[in-house]
Amino acid sequence: MSQFAINIIFVGGSFLLYILIAIWAKAGSTKDFYVAGGGVHPITNGMAIGADWMSAASFISMAGLIAAGGYANSTFLMGWTGGYVLLAMLLAPYLRKFGKFTVPEFIGDRFYSKNARLVAVLCLIVASVTYVIGQMAGAGVAFSRFLEVDATLGLMIAAIVVFIYAVLGGMKGITYTQVAQYCVLIIAYTIPAVFISVQLTGNPIPGLGLFSTHVDSGMPLLTKLNQIITDLGFNEYTADVDNKLNMVLFTLSLMIGTAGLPHVIIRFFTVPKVADARWSAGWALVFIALLYLTAPAVASMARLNLMTTIYPDGTSSEPIQYDERPNWVKEWEVTGLIQFEDKNSDGRIQLYNDSPAFESEAQARGWEGNELVVNRDILVLANPEIANLPGWVIGLIAAGGLAAALSTAAGLLLAISSAVSHDLIKGSINPNISEKGELLAARISMAVAIVVATWLGANPPGFAAQVVALAFGIAAASLFPALMMGIFSKRVNNTGAIAGMLTGLVFTLAYIFVYKGWLFIPGTNNLPDTPENWVLGISPLSIGAVGAIVNFAVAFAVSNATEEPPVEIQELVESVRYPRGAGQAQDH
Amino acid sequence: MSGHSYDAENYWKANLRLIIGSLVVWALVSYGFAILLRPMLAGIPVGGTDLGFWFAQQGSILTFIALIFHYAWRMNKIDEKFGVHEE
Repeated sequence: MSQFAINIIFVGGSFLLYILIAIWAKAGSTKDFYVAGGGVHPITNGMAIGADWMSAASFISMAGLIAAGGYANSTFLMGWTGGYVLLAMLLAPYLRKFGKFTVPEFIGDRFYSKNARLVAVLCLIVASVTYVIGQMAGAGVAFSRFLEVDATLGLMIAAIVVFIYAVLGGMKGITYTQVAQYCVLIIAYTIPAVFISVQLTGNPIPGLGLFSTHVDSGMPLLTKLNQIITDLGFNEYTADVDNKLNMVLFTLSLMIGTAGLPHVIIRFFTVPKVADARWSAGWALVFIALLYLTAPAVASMARLNLMTTIYPDGTSSEPIQYDERPNWVKEWEVTGLIQFEDKNSDGRIQLYNDSPAFESEAQARGWEGNELVVNRDILVLANPEIANLPGWVIGLIAAGGLAAALSTAAGLLLAISSAVSHDLIKGSINPNISEKGELLAARISMAVAIVVATWLGANPPGFAAQVVALAFGIAAASLFPALMMGIFSKRVNNTGAIAGMLTGLVFTLAYIFVYKGWLFIPGTNNLPDTPENWVLGISPLSIGAVGAIVNFAVAFAVSNATEEPPVEIQELVESVRYPRGAGQAQDH
Repeated sequence: MSGHSYDAENYWKANLRLIIGSLVVWALVSYGFAILLRPMLAGIPVGGTDLGFWFAQQGSILTFIALIFHYAWRMNKIDEKFGVHEE
């Protein structure tokens, strides 16, 4: 059977499973659509949060970025897990006690202002749409490879599948399909990693294999990797970074953003009790960690395998002939995500770091520039092929990558649609809208969000994980501070919260757009996106942490200069702090 | 519930103390050991690299899990002690 047929069977089979579950649990009332009836067990909920959380960025893109950046990109690992500590302690239990459907609803009630609610809707939409762009980019890569079409067509197919999928089921459909998706994606991620870890280190647990001995050379795996890549002019994989300020801010931005992203917070409204919200956060992180502890192993092992494929006789010998390139290189060339240019016309593939420091050695070897460009987003998907694993493993990883992208895109679209239909239309424009009208508005806003994200996803402002990191920065700078102050301070008032959210959002977006292009439209950036141009060396990916600090500072300053919140609001803040009497999540 | 009773105030203080303690550990393993203090830990070898690298790629994640479960467990006890738990 051809690889194409195997891929179709795995991808098609897993889709059929999700669609069956979605139909089985098809949402009836609006309440089911948003919060799944409020009765989901912490472990089930943790698994669903895991699937919601681990997107194309985690599954497809992250290991590729770590493989390329080594230690420096550990920020993704810490940032996307550390936020759960903040979520469990600073937000989730209190928002569950508050017991409403959406994040803007809490902000609107706590800051006793319709405008605050609308500003929160705006922040939510900007952060979520940016996030969906990243998902679309990742899903497009996966579809283009496994359906053997070019990247743009892959993106279109992804958009159609996401649309059908998200519109069919509400939250309930999504909760149980996401449990299924978690299972598919974790199995798909782990199996190839175990095979590769056994091949390279003899250790069946990839997370331990990372720190074990490389069987062929007898050296520790990481030492061997350092040696090979430094021979080719790259930095050491484990090298420390100089710009620690940026590394700290980037990690902080991802952590705060994790806690501020509405599609994750919304999950904590679906547990029966306040105590369950705390446990759910813990279980979610356990399920997430199963992938995140494996990812750094996948990264280093894939990098090592890539290098030894190109230089089978060691780095001091010549690399392989282009005509003898392995099959996976040929197949990825079809998508345009691997490109080869024989700069010195010797018929071989020279893969090395084109840096000034390596120039003399490259010249001595007759090399005239790096000849192989490998898109970082393909590394995880190509990993089983690079390691010569059987065809069914490749089919499995295709299904896993798509599960990751789809589940997160669906969760985000749900957050966007509920903000539009529930907070914007029902809460503000037309309070008398019927249930049916509300559901229709929810579905239309999903469709609009998909179209916008697909259009921008065709020319994403970075690799999938980097685009997603921008979304985190935006959530960190706008929503998280408002939520946290709403719970931990009785003094912050409506004017302060609105001023804080707006300055945080505008400041962060402006900094991002200056380097990434206005509204992410390519070519509209004012400065090139390179470290020399960044203020104090702070990358646009890291600016969210600064934006959050600005938000806090403005909100406190403005609140202290204006009147105290009314007594009933101070009592509301008191009441969310104590678990007793939480009841079910309810409409107002 | 009356928000201003003596017990309610102590309950909230106990929660804040636990949160602050947890966040100190949270920051220490990630921003500390894994990033800023990594050069100081460079002498401690772990499988071909150093302790800071391990904290950056695995150690901090394991610590985060322990922190959340510890917090959930302790808060349940505190909820019961102050009688604010749900039946």
